[in-house]
Amino acid sequence: MLQYILRRLATALVLALLVTFFVFWLLSSSFDGVAASILGPAATPESIEALQVQLGLDRSVVVQYFDWLGGVLTGDFGNSYFTSEPVAQAVGSRLGVTLSLVLVALAISVVISVALGVLAASRAGAVDRLSQAVSLTGHLFPNLLIAIVLVVVFAVNLGWFPATGYTPLTENPGRWALAITLPVIVLVINGIANMAAQVRGTMIGELQKDYVRTLRSRGVATRSIVYRHALRNAASPALVVMSLEFLSMFGGALIIENVFALPGFGSFAFNSALRGDVPVILGITLFSVLLVVSINLLTDLINGWLNPKARLF
Amino acid sequence: MSEAQATETETETEAADTTPRRSAFGRLIRDPQAVITATILVVIVLLGLLAPLIAQHDPNESALSAVNVDPGTPGYLLGGDQSGRDIFARLLYSINTSVLSGLIGMSVAVAVGLTFGLIGGYFGGRTRFATEWLFNLIMTFPGLLLLIVLLPVTGGDFRATMLIFGVLLAPGVYRIVRNLTVGARNELYVDAARVSGLSSPRILRRQVMPTVRGPVIISAAFLTGSAIGVQAGLAFLGLGSTEVPSFGAMISDGFRNYYVDPLQFVWPAAFLGVLTSALVLFGNSLRDALEGARPKAQKIATPRVEAGSPASRGEAGEALVQIEGLSLSYPTPSGGVKDVLKGVSLEIRPGETLGLVGESGSGKSQTAFSVLGLLPPDAVVTSGSIRLEGRELLGLRERELIQVRGRAIAYVPQEPMSNLDPSFTIGAQLVEGIRATSGLPRAAAGKRAMELLDHVGIPDPKRVFSSYPHQISGGMAQRVLIAGAVASRPRLLIADEPTTALDVTIQAEILDLLRDLQAEMGMAILMVTHNFGVVADICDRIAVMQQGRIVETGEVEAVFREPQHPYTRMLLDSILDESHVRTDSPVLVAPGAEGPR
Repeated sequence: MLQYILRRLATALVLALLVTFFVFWLLSSSFDGVAASILGPAATPESIEALQVQLGLDRSVVVQYFDWLGGVLTGDFGNSYFTSEPVAQAVGSRLGVTLSLVLVALAISVVISVALGVLAASRAGAVDRLSQAVSLTGHLFPNLLIAIVLVVVFAVNLGWFPATGYTPLTENPGRWALAITLPVIVLVINGIANMAAQVRGTMIGELQKDYVRTLRSRGVATRSIVYRHALRNAASPALVVMSLEFLSMFGGALIIENVFALPGFGSFAFNSALRGDVPVILGITLFSVLLVVSINLLTDLINGWLNPKARLF
Repeated sequence: MSEAQATETETETEAADTTPRRSAFGRLIRDPQAVITATILVVIVLLGLLAPLIAQHDPNESALSAVNVDPGTPGYLLGGDQSGRDIFARLLYSINTSVLSGLIGMSVAVAVGLTFGLIGGYFGGRTRFATEWLFNLIMTFPGLLLLIVLLPVTGGDFRATMLIFGVLLAPGVYRIVRNLTVGARNELYVDAARVSGLSSPRILRRQVMPTVRGPVIISAAFLTGSAIGVQAGLAFLGLGSTEVPSFGAMISDGFRNYYVDPLQFVWPAAFLGVLTSALVLFGNSLRDALEGARPKAQKIATPRVEAGSPASRGEAGEALVQIEGLSLSYPTPSGGVKDVLKGVSLEIRPGETLGLVGESGSGKSQTAFSVLGLLPPDAVVTSGSIRLEGRELLGLRERELIQVRGRAIAYVPQEPMSNLDPSFTIGAQLVEGIRATSGLPRAAAGKRAMELLDHVGIPDPKRVFSSYPHQISGGMAQRVLIAGAVASRPRLLIADEPTTALDVTIQAEILDLLRDLQAEMGMAILMVTHNFGVVADICDRIAVMQQGRIVETGEVEAVFREPQHPYTRMLLDSILDESHVRTDSPVLVAPGAEGPR
């Protein structure tokens, strides 16, 4: 068990190295513009060159990468070229906004999706049609469109919610809730579209299995068959979809954060990339890769535990 | 999927669907949703292609006189935006940006995913290890974020961005193709092709591609939609050249100008919405046409009984179970009705063993499941009656029939493994059944389960009790299922081919166990089988079924000695013909059998 986790963590590290190096290598072609963009339009070629030397951007890509890596290993992720803020701190401060958005949205989506998917599969009829309609609606339109329409209708026209801005939970829970309501709704619509259909499909498959008929033949109550047996067996594929959904919400938050002007991870990444803030971009990339890898590992571990055949401990 | 359950039910219900299968394309053009969405897509694409002819202005041409002019202003059909550009022209040119984005993203995803999926699926070993690793790596790339991060590299050009996005979408296609290829490769026809000396590329093209094509086409439709959505999102963020008109950029402009003129944002939003939803709906139609009906949700319920069934006569008589004139049918996909039982009458006497024989599709399992009310939910009882000790069972609701199941009538299935829930221990499953029928407290039910396991001849009941199904053998699992069935001393045990899935040596043991339990508990057994060896071994009486009808009933010896119906004679003859060539128990195959094809 421990060995399995260690092996997975080792692969994760190799992966993180590869991805960050790949991104670094791709970015290196644009290093020339970085110094110029820091100094602004008034810069002279001499001052640009001096700054490049000062930032170490004139060295070979490999040397620069290992320089950065050495820093990372000692806990130093570098400083932003533009704000001089330490990268780790900068990323951390934006993470709270995105995580509060994504975690709330994920929790709501999971609850609704499981309820809708299970009811659709076991009751059929009207509930089933409703669940399929909900899934379809979520798939029809891109996130952007749903977000914009919600802003226009509920924030601009009706004025129920602030159109933009964010208040931290610790500062004012009520304002925080108001600020994230619309963005969360956008993520939830998408989340339900993906997850409810999946839960429904898996549950239909489970309920048609032989063991369900045998349990029925023994006089076991329908409720136990649906919620104890079929749902238990459907949990593992549902968990995989949930982890994928978490990651895609995290990525999708980028556009949502921009529409609602939330100071989150996505908009931070966007602005840093626009400016060519190399240390921040690398820090963001590293964090994203580690997030993906650890979510996947966690999913596999829970799945191993859920499935008696694959149980490792 | 559950193979065992699928065997008989499906053969019987599908056998009658005689309408010829239309080609996928034929089904597609008969689907109104497909036709409408395809028309919309074609119109939109044409509008984009013809933009230079239709539009009166260049999309980037701005005129001071046209700033925020109203729709309908001459030359500005939908008005002008805040920079004085023709909104209508910009919309038309934006179509091209969207369509091109969708096509680039989709083509790259399909090209990369298909190529590597075929390679990884067809060649095992190191090759597949390498492709798996590569695509796991791509999956690890933080998708949208990577597009942003690489902004300095792509320069924001939407074509370069969509190229990268296509690669990021590729793992989805790769997985589909790899799985299908692995499956197709294991099919016999590919083996045959390889043995006959065909080259790998040729096998891939001729044998594997046809199975992969459908699913790839379907996912291509959805991938196009998501590429268009992502491009719009990125353009909305302000990524890319301002010279390139796109829905995302227009929505962004219109949104900022919302208080001046709300309509400016509505046009691009509506176009984008229509485009992506037409793609998704068209993709759904494609899936229906290429993959056929998807599994339907089905309520857990007893079969529907049509009005006008003859009321039971109410006299108890000698029989434990009295089936009279039972007719059962299923709706077919083509809208017709398939009759699987046509007036079956059968009597099961207390304590006897009745063999119900017939070939696959004769309706014997359907008859047995009718008694338990465990038919697929779309089954319709069109007439007849089933009485247990005089009480009518047809028309009872699930809630009412649960009281009968397990207590009075129990069931032993054919395939032992798939009939145990893989996620629960043997003990937990037995205890649940015992508690459902007896209401015993948990501890007492556990003790009872342990006794039962011992009783059905399991050598180490304690270990088996806490084992998961995959940890015990098939023969052991069948004993567990028998223990579960007899837990509350039923008066009738319905055994559906209980030995078919087992090794020959274990078959006899299971039959012995059933005989012992019957002697001890005095229950009747309805033995559904196609195996005359089993009938001869354990049955007192026999009922022969053919095409949904009982054609002959009688004492086993009498029927064996002097079969009355030609079908029975044919069945018996076929055993005699085969008995000297086959060592295992004879299996019935009759000419004209409606078996699975």
